[in-house]
Amino acid sequence: MVTVEVKVSLKPKALDPEGETVRKALKRLGYDEVKDVRTAKIYRIELDVEDERKALEIADEMCRRLLANPVVEDYEIRVVEG
Amino acid sequence: MTIRVAVLKFPGTNCDLEMEHAIRLAGAEPDPVWHTEAHDLKDHDAAVVPGGFTYGDYVRAGAIAATSPALDALEELAEEERPILGVCNGMQILAERNLIPGTLTVNANNRFICTWTHLKVERTDTPFTTTYEEGQVIRVPIAHKEGRYIPDDDVENNVVFRFCGPDGTVSPEYNPNGSTDNITGVVNDRGNVLGMMPHPERAVHKLLGSDDGLPLFRSMIKWCRT
Repeated sequence: MVTVEVKVSLKPKALDPEGETVRKALKRLGYDEVKDVRTAKIYRIELDVEDERKALEIADEMCRRLLANPVVEDYEIRVVEG
Repeated sequence: MTIRVAVLKFPGTNCDLEMEHAIRLAGAEPDPVWHTEAHDLKDHDAAVVPGGFTYGDYVRAGAIAATSPALDALEELAEEERPILGVCNGMQILAERNLIPGTLTVNANNRFICTWTHLKVERTDTPFTTTYEEGQVIRVPIAHKEGRYIPDDDVENNVVFRFCGPDGTVSPEYNPNGSTDNITGVVNDRGNVLGMMPHPERAVHKLLGSDDGLPLFRSMIKWCRT
């Protein structure tokens, strides 16, 4: 069993309205240090495979087919402790 | 000849009844089809994907519905050049399946926007717009949170509707959701698949504020007859 973590976020140049809303709210709470907030979504996926390389390969395909939208989103995949 | 229009339904579809009403009003017979039963749509002259919140907008709006086998059937119908219309969440589903160019993401102001808008008709040679004049301004409402259109490539020739002012001015002032170049309706290269965020099915009676959406359905049905 291999567990992978997939992180999907809007591309750096794409406007992130949720991040922007959170940034303003943090300011309101007094965090003047906050300059920028970007959001991301994380999926933890358990795969019934032995090989980590195979797991990364499958996760990459999943990102291209469903989890990420190449027009506006980037994704990162890493193997994590199950 | 009765024109039959499939109305695809998924868990979370909620604009299907208005869509059926609009189709009936325009002179055709709507046929509601549950997505798991849509193995083959070829006995339909056209198909529509209504709005809603399919699968709770999980992953991205429309992303899960786009994996349904019903979309295989829709793709086959598209290849036969029959008219396919996706409205609101329906547009998001078509975009997720790459049946139309570009994508939709969260409105620039991060809010759900429900309001009347004016649209400029940019093309009148599509199955959906032959009964409009080029440059005509129509009044149709929007109701969405993920409606900011972002093109993936040059889509200038694919644009059918843009947000505009009452006099047809296309400017940032009349762009409710931050869509690139005010774009809110696009067709595929063949022109037979239209995705639009505004709801023409909610603008089919003067009593409800506008009947500017009705010609869209009349165009589609006229196209099916010829």
